[in-house]
Amino acid sequence: MTDATASGHRHRPRPDGLEGLAADWASDQRAFKSASWGKAMMWIFLLSDTFVFAIFLISYMSARSSTEAEWPNASEVFSLHVGGADLPLALIAIMTFVLISSSGTMAMAVNCAYARDRRKTAALMYATAALGALFVGMQAFEWSKLIHEGVRPWGNPFGAEQFGAAFFMITGFHGTHVSFGVLFLLIVANKVRKGEFDSGRRTWLCREKGDYEAVEIMGLYWHFVDLVWVFIFAFFYLW
Amino acid sequence: MSSVSEDPDSGIPPAEVPDLPPPHAHGWWSRWVFSQDAKYIALQYSGTAIAIGMVALVLSWLIRMQLGFPGVFDFISAEAYYQFITMHGMIMVVYLLTAIFLGGFGNYLIPLMVGARDMVFPFVNMLSFWMYFAAVVVLVASFFAPGGPTGAGWTLYPPQAILSGTPGGTGWGIVLMLVSLILFIIGFTMGGLNYAVTVLQARTRGMTLMRMPLTIWGIFTATVMALLAFPALFVAAVMMLFDRLLGTSFFMPALVEMGQQLSYGGGSPIVFQHLFWFFGHPEVYIVALPAFGIVSDLIAVHARKNIFGYRMMVWAIVIIGALSFIVWAHHMYVSGMHPYFGFFFATTTLIIAVPTALKVYNWILTLWRGDIHLTLPMLFALGFIVTFLNGGLTGLFLGNVVVDVPLSDTMFVVAHFHMVMGVAPIMVIFGAIYHWFPLISGRMLSHRLGLIHFWVTFIGAYAIFFPMHYVGLVGVPRRYPDISASFVPDSVATLNAFISVAALTVGAAQILFLFNFAWSLRYGRKAEPNPWRAASLEWQTPEMPPRHGNWGKELPVVYRWAYEYSVPGASRDFIAQDDPGHPASWSHVP
Repeated sequence: MTDATASGHRHRPRPDGLEGLAADWASDQRAFKSASWGKAMMWIFLLSDTFVFAIFLISYMSARSSTEAEWPNASEVFSLHVGGADLPLALIAIMTFVLISSSGTMAMAVNCAYARDRRKTAALMYATAALGALFVGMQAFEWSKLIHEGVRPWGNPFGAEQFGAAFFMITGFHGTHVSFGVLFLLIVANKVRKGEFDSGRRTWLCREKGDYEAVEIMGLYWHFVDLVWVFIFAFFYLW
Repeated sequence: MSSVSEDPDSGIPPAEVPDLPPPHAHGWWSRWVFSQDAKYIALQYSGTAIAIGMVALVLSWLIRMQLGFPGVFDFISAEAYYQFITMHGMIMVVYLLTAIFLGGFGNYLIPLMVGARDMVFPFVNMLSFWMYFAAVVVLVASFFAPGGPTGAGWTLYPPQAILSGTPGGTGWGIVLMLVSLILFIIGFTMGGLNYAVTVLQARTRGMTLMRMPLTIWGIFTATVMALLAFPALFVAAVMMLFDRLLGTSFFMPALVEMGQQLSYGGGSPIVFQHLFWFFGHPEVYIVALPAFGIVSDLIAVHARKNIFGYRMMVWAIVIIGALSFIVWAHHMYVSGMHPYFGFFFATTTLIIAVPTALKVYNWILTLWRGDIHLTLPMLFALGFIVTFLNGGLTGLFLGNVVVDVPLSDTMFVVAHFHMVMGVAPIMVIFGAIYHWFPLISGRMLSHRLGLIHFWVTFIGAYAIFFPMHYVGLVGVPRRYPDISASFVPDSVATLNAFISVAALTVGAAQILFLFNFAWSLRYGRKAEPNPWRAASLEWQTPEMPPRHGNWGKELPVVYRWAYEYSVPGASRDFIAQDDPGHPASWSHVP
């Protein structure tokens, strides 16, 4: 059981580029030489989740292009009425800005985690969670505004009834992803704050001493959720 | 014993990942219920799958009783018949075959065959089983719900699936079915991530991808496919659930039911068909690829010969897996399709026959001049090959648009897919159980009872499905409880009665198998370690059956591939994968 430490320093030279890729896949033990189990699992999960969102969006596009009723005009439906003027896409612009900013704070948190800066990592993760929660809050506001205006999953006053159905289903599914992300951000941030990743105690999500990898894995998920939002934003609000 | 590997480090890289012990059980609940040991989870998966599979078996008897002797059994109404065929199909495809190959054999064999102590995330693995269990409970609950389970056919095509004319359509049936599928997919995703990461990242020293047994290649490829195909079913189930419960119109066009205009409008049922078959066709290979892999290993072990064309076998598995994502619309030729699309999907469908035929040739060439032991696993493997070949050939008929159109929705299709993805994979499951039962239990299954089981099942399966092709060719449509008062010739009724008797006989043989299983678990002959003299890693554990953590103190080191049988000059007729004492084979070179 001690092989890793006994002879772990005898690295064979690994070629670069495509040859390196072939060498890694032809090797024993691991196909992705620098990825831990957790990171590999998150990547594969995100690949699967990509398919889920892609199929949601393709179904929406198919419904939109095949329905006979007219599709509602996004810049009217999603406009915000402030001080007597209609500001098209104002709310969604702020929401998108908030979510993209949270990706920024997340990236900074991951960077601090590499440096094992306990305080900064925790603070930045709390900031990310706060921005995420703000996003979900604004989404709830947008939903209630649309519901107030009569948009329902089974119909709406603006046009094709698939509009409301696809909107609530896809933004709802994405919002659920963000909410779960906020929850796990808080859990991991608490672990960072308490120093569980420094203490070397084996608890849930920390297998080795000084292992801040959970932060990085959390970051992968968070950036994915943001990336998905960019597509939803483009296909729902800009199309 | 002079060899290239006297120095144990020669060519074998050092361990890259520290060898951490898997989590231990802390009491009765975590040992026997919420166990995190992949081997125990495998047994939980298999037990649940076989239990629900028995329900599907009984449903098939009821279906055959109605078809063979229409009007005799009063309690089978047309509605009940639709419910029987729907639940039979769904249980067999999803809850039995998918669950037992990936959750059952995958969980048991992956860690053992790649030399890991357990799956990489045992806790998630445990959750995976309990999600699956919840899915099965919800599925079973639909039998007791008001109105009974859904009778929409296993494809659940809208709009009929959620209309009042279909059993369970406006009641509980379809809702419970969709919820159960969603639970199943969540549960499978948790397990599937484990299987994929364990194969990719948790192999032991010396175990390269190209030294893995084909069983692992089949299960691994099927897992990756399932992770990419199930999302389509997930999305379709969510959307149909919304159509049914919230009144959305994703799949529902404007329609009039019983003289009443429904509130639906503007949706497309065809989109559901695309989503369903984007899942549904890869699903065929999710079931078939593990079977391909397992049967390759059974043939090599029991014919004492290395698998012919190992590399091509691996690539064939991967290519079949990739191609199966671009053939789905061949299930929809009669749904209306642009001829160019039909041409495209027919072409890709027929191209799949190339790697598949390659596999069949390689199995036959492995058998060629091999030292064939007609053990039960070998018999079932041979049964698989011929059955799969038969089913595959009728698949070539159905892949062509012009041939498919008249045959579509006839009993010919039913016969085809039962041969190719019903009987054939189940043959492999039986072969695999006879093969690995000693590893799991330490005892042998009774050979004599097994022989009866095999011959009745094998001959019976042909007695059922061979005549069914002819029934289909004369135009008998599927999914009709009673066609006796229609255009079909009288001979169809005779054939149907014959098929039904055969089906009931085959069903009885499965009860015999269950008896054999239970009896041998207790009174079976004690198995010596490695009773089949297999070279692959799962038989080389310090104890048999393997204990928690699989490998005792030290992880095994692998020096060769899994097919070193009848090697000239070797002291035994096989060389185990972790045996350093012989010159390495060609597979030593990465």
